[in-house]
Amino acid sequence: MLAGILFSLGLTSLLVRRNLIFVLMSLEVMLNAAGLAFVVAGARWHQADGQVMFLFILATAAAEVSVGLALVLEIYHRVKSLDVDGLSMMRG
Amino acid sequence: MNPHPSMFVLCCRKILMVFAFYIAGAVAVISTLLMLTRLNVVHALLYLIVSLLGVAVVFYTLGAAFVAALEVIIYAGAIMVLFVFVVMMLNLGAHAVEMEREWLTPGIWAGPVILASILIIEIVYLVHGASGGLNSGAVPPKQVGIALFGPYLIGVELASLLLLAGLVGAYHLGYRQVEKREILHDSDTHERRAVAGGDLVLAGADKPARTP
Repeated sequence: MLAGILFSLGLTSLLVRRNLIFVLMSLEVMLNAAGLAFVVAGARWHQADGQVMFLFILATAAAEVSVGLALVLEIYHRVKSLDVDGLSMMRG
Repeated sequence: MNPHPSMFVLCCRKILMVFAFYIAGAVAVISTLLMLTRLNVVHALLYLIVSLLGVAVVFYTLGAAFVAALEVIIYAGAIMVLFVFVVMMLNLGAHAVEMEREWLTPGIWAGPVILASILIIEIVYLVHGASGGLNSGAVPPKQVGIALFGPYLIGVELASLLLLAGLVGAYHLGYRQVEKREILHDSDTHERRAVAGGDLVLAGADKPARTP
């Protein structure tokens, strides 16, 4: 339930905001909500698999954020703005 | 005092844990809502940190203390430091100083401080009570480790590969493209291309043919 609320908040933010940093932050929130769901399920059924999955999600989030932030820097140096719509000219 | 705590005490503890779970969850949801309504990136980062801490307390009340510690260290520590660095690098405006003065007004950090202090009071209370989570669902870290390096060994290797790829990718993307200009050989310039009469430029195409 809580994970669902957090995930939907992150998704809403992802769709609403037009700032690249906000997009990355809402991705963080969504990944976090998925991890929360895994941990809750693992605690519910007394299995360690939920926490193992959370560790994998953590590693994925770390890699994704590092690459994403490097991309944000690169885009900022090219486009001079953090607007997602500014990237519509990216073709080919 | 009593080696076998009575049923009443156990029940009380469980109710306390459930209560703490809902408080921490409410703090996480509220701070996430506040995060996505902020206009300033740094304010949103503050609320995001509080949200992650709230989720960490939720993990603790679920009996997953190891994962809660990891959440605080990696999410609220490392990933937030990355975000803060990028925001700092992007925010090199001339009016940065007055913006900073504006940020330091107490109205800005009051909200995160209040939410975080709720979490701190809660976690101190829980640790002081020394009840190890909702005992019904507690999974000890040892079991997690055994599962991690038993059936999930290939997943661990894949995660390490993913992290390596992320590291290399971030390094490559963040690499300053200063040397690109001098890498451009003069054989790639426009004049040479015009001389050669095409896009394909052979080395020395503009020089007169050597006649023996």
